[in-house]
Amino acid sequence: MSDILTASVFASTLRLATPYLFASLGEMFGQRSGVLNLGVDGIMLMGAFGAFYTVLITQNLILGVLVALIIGALLGLVTAFISVTLKAEQGISGIGMYLFGLGMSELLFQKLIGTPKSISGFPPISLPILSDLPILGEIFFRHNILVYLAFALVPISAYILRSTTWGLMIRAVGQNPTAADAMGVSVTRVRYATVTIGGMLSGLAGASLSIALLNVFQQNLTSGLGFIAVALVYFGRWQPWGVMLGAVLFSFVQALQLQISAIGIDVPDEFAAMSPYVITIIALVFASKQAEKPTALTKPFVRGDS
Amino acid sequence: MARVFSRLFDLTPSLLALIAALLISAVLLVVLQVNPIDAYSALAQGAFGNENATAETLVKAIPILFVAIGICVAFRAGMTNIGGEGQMIMGAVAGTAAALALPDAPGIVVVSVSLLMGFVAGALYGGIAGLLKAYFNVNEILTTIMLNQVAVQVMNFLLNGPLLDPTEAGANHIPKTARIAEQAELGRLYFTLPESVGQLFGDTDLFGKTRLHIGLVLAVIIAIVIYVLLWRTIIGYRIRAVGENERASRYAGIRVKHYMLLSMLLAGGMAGLGGVVQVLGLTYRLQTDGSTSGFTANAGFNGIVAALFGGLNPLGAIPASILFGGLLVGAQKMQREVGVSASLITALNGVIVIFVVSSQTFVQARARSRLMQKPVPTPSSTSLSQGDTV
Amino acid sequence: MLKQIRLFALVAVLLLTTALSAVHAQDDVFSVAVVSPSATTDLAFSQSMYDALVLIQEDMGEEAFEFVFQEGTFVVDDAAVALRDWASSGEYDLIIAHGSQYGSIVEELAPEFPDVSFAWGTDENTFGLDNVFAYTVAAEEGGFINGFLAAQFSATGNIGVVGPIEVGDAKLYVDGFKVGANYANPETVVNVTYIQSFSDVPLATEAARALIANGADILTGTAQMVVGPIAVVQEEELMWFGTQASQAELAGDVGVMFQIYRWDVILKDMIAAIEEGTLGGETYVLTLENEGLEIEISPFNTVLSDEGKAAMQEEIDGLIAQIIAKEIVIFPEEDMATAEAMMDGTAEATAEATTAP
Repeated sequence: MSDILTASVFASTLRLATPYLFASLGEMFGQRSGVLNLGVDGIMLMGAFGAFYTVLITQNLILGVLVALIIGALLGLVTAFISVTLKAEQGISGIGMYLFGLGMSELLFQKLIGTPKSISGFPPISLPILSDLPILGEIFFRHNILVYLAFALVPISAYILRSTTWGLMIRAVGQNPTAADAMGVSVTRVRYATVTIGGMLSGLAGASLSIALLNVFQQNLTSGLGFIAVALVYFGRWQPWGVMLGAVLFSFVQALQLQISAIGIDVPDEFAAMSPYVITIIALVFASKQAEKPTALTKPFVRGDS
Repeated sequence: MARVFSRLFDLTPSLLALIAALLISAVLLVVLQVNPIDAYSALAQGAFGNENATAETLVKAIPILFVAIGICVAFRAGMTNIGGEGQMIMGAVAGTAAALALPDAPGIVVVSVSLLMGFVAGALYGGIAGLLKAYFNVNEILTTIMLNQVAVQVMNFLLNGPLLDPTEAGANHIPKTARIAEQAELGRLYFTLPESVGQLFGDTDLFGKTRLHIGLVLAVIIAIVIYVLLWRTIIGYRIRAVGENERASRYAGIRVKHYMLLSMLLAGGMAGLGGVVQVLGLTYRLQTDGSTSGFTANAGFNGIVAALFGGLNPLGAIPASILFGGLLVGAQKMQREVGVSASLITALNGVIVIFVVSSQTFVQARARSRLMQKPVPTPSSTSLSQGDTV
Repeated sequence: MLKQIRLFALVAVLLLTTALSAVHAQDDVFSVAVVSPSATTDLAFSQSMYDALVLIQEDMGEEAFEFVFQEGTFVVDDAAVALRDWASSGEYDLIIAHGSQYGSIVEELAPEFPDVSFAWGTDENTFGLDNVFAYTVAAEEGGFINGFLAAQFSATGNIGVVGPIEVGDAKLYVDGFKVGANYANPETVVNVTYIQSFSDVPLATEAARALIANGADILTGTAQMVVGPIAVVQEEELMWFGTQASQAELAGDVGVMFQIYRWDVILKDMIAAIEEGTLGGETYVLTLENEGLEIEISPFNTVLSDEGKAAMQEEIDGLIAQIIAKEIVIFPEEDMATAEAMMDGTAEATAEATTAP
């Protein structure tokens, strides 16, 4: 057993969870205010490419992150425009954005870079003293900065949602937009903000892949990760800690499956591959049945509608 | 009659949006030093340019239509079914296994059993998500996305093992099943035109040498059946009621959970049918490259988009699926003829979807204004008012 | 209502009238059309074929040889449409379906166009049709050599493999690698993780990390997702052995050697056959013997000394000679079983073969 549950498995879990965390938390804000964005994967890919290309030509990692944030914000704005102002069917417009991001990132890659190249991304940072702890050191304290940032965002998001006026507005707009509107809260402005922030975090998720965890870019780098991130928002019941739990659980099973294979235990590959998905579903069935779904999720707001 | 047509032909905004999207994409093409006229004429040629192209467009549209029909049911019941891919795969697996298990049975038997098994498998698979949502309150977007991936692995496992083609010997076998027997094939679909018309085309045999198969007829028939189900039966009424207003339906005595589950069973079954029809009518065996879309060609997603373009109406889904099929087939031709890379086509696909989806708002606005014009029934003087005694 | 029909008709007419007529190919140009499942820049499967075609074009000249390449066609049915389109246009001398998943569509389509030559890989099966060439690659040969040398380089005696799905040339390479590694050193442990995808880079990356965390100091792998593991190997400053195409430039100092598929070797044979009138019925295999497989020591590796590279080259040449002379047989019983089963296609033949001496 100790061969399977090694420190490296847990460390691997935290790394794998990072892009899910960024994207899911971003999506959570949007959904809390009532907007579903299925285009997360596409925005991630564009952000990943933007960050990668920037680092490739400037070797400036911070600039890479900034570019990813800007690209994510722009695409988030477009998504907000389509979903909030044009009131288009949110599930589908998201798929359109996904296809656009998928194709565009690959096209830009082909035209601007051409063939897979690798870069020096964010290096692992060993926190002083803490990283020398026997097992915990390897698991928690030797990651690159984006991993730390992703996990730090969890309590920050929880605080924002629960204890700030801003969070209150978001929740109100998602639960009862008519009432919020009557109270003087601009539903449109809140939703624009959350979706744009969601886009920024998706872009950051992409950057975490291309300039921190993988240090390479290729077509369809995310391989559907963004969709899982959206699903994890539901798993986490629209709460930051729940989202974190989901991301960690999912990543843990993936890391476990890789570890089992790495030490030579023979498990049918297909069962190993499907295990994260099955376990996530099972976990959800046994979890609390309390639904706190934002009532207005996917419903565009029109003043005068009840 | 006019009402049916006006529901059908709310395609105008979609078409306008399509044109707008193509114009914007033309700019991108110019930037990439591709002549947009060359590109779009290749697109048109690939979609409807000749008999073979049109046939391929229809062939592409068939699985999309099946999925779209199911989506109409699911979305109308308020269930966001993103599991079309997985349901299609399960249907294909079950249907192929059934066809292979009856190698000597007469054609009509094999085909019927196979289609039935495909429907049932897809239905059960969709039913899992439906059950979890209705009775355990587990969100169906989550479950269907996850189940898609699970279905791929199930298919990989079966195609690499129990269902593997016995003639695939050696170390480097391809995961695929044996070919189904000839009598299990869905026949080719072609029309024999009367002499006079045939002379115009130079050929009395329409679609004779193409891959168009009877699955198209099956899909259209089912579209009509589901249309009738949704708008002319009590079951359909209840499904739509649950989707429009869950709470009100519950107060009205409709068993909401029951109909949620039913809608997912139907939606999954439709997608499953789409999967098995692909095998029986087109590929004649089930084969995988390990990913979802190697077999499904993303019909599970495209079906959602087509359903929406068609106004969540199975009859509207027919022209929508054909148009979508044309776009996809034409885009591939564009890649071959003009050298436009596949990624541009994917991006173009996305732009078109965004534009057309955005245009639907005008449809809804129009529907809303239509609704405003109807007189709203007000509590009349015949109803008792508070304080009256019976 | 009428307005809508008119608009619909207008759009339809617009679309149809913008169709231009197709350009006909000249007869003295040898035209090839290829469909493949991944990008031509994947540093792996599709790239190897694309590079080969470019080489031939350089060789024969653009006036004598031209090709079109539809990449990224992982939807098998889309490939069917492409193949049919090319075949019915009559413009192409050779139509290549570069991917084992395309087999069944070639089988269905080729009989309808007996005057068009098709090629299909990677597989040995020509379906008994005389207008279908089949081609495959003895990836296990380079796998063996890679494994043999890797086992000698490995300090920990533990080597990791990141594979896609256990099929086709991927399986041949990995199996050959394992045999080669243990040939050199029976104690060497080779752990293989098949991640069930050809393209999932994040998963491949973590698989590589898991293998390294468990003691591997050398990694190898196949398919386009290897860019992920290569990046990990660079980060950990270990060693990488590659296949299908040269990832030398990407891998830099951590790349040691690569098995390169030289499809142009067999393409030349096919072109010659077609020009003489044979449209198919032959199976071609890339082997070390026909120089369809090339073993390259990474020219971008500055860590290995020149003497070291020379010693490696000597060893490689020796192994190649032994494999060609059949002094080394990589898959003993399976070789015979495969050959017999190919000929008879029955379970009995396979069973007999595996019990043969």
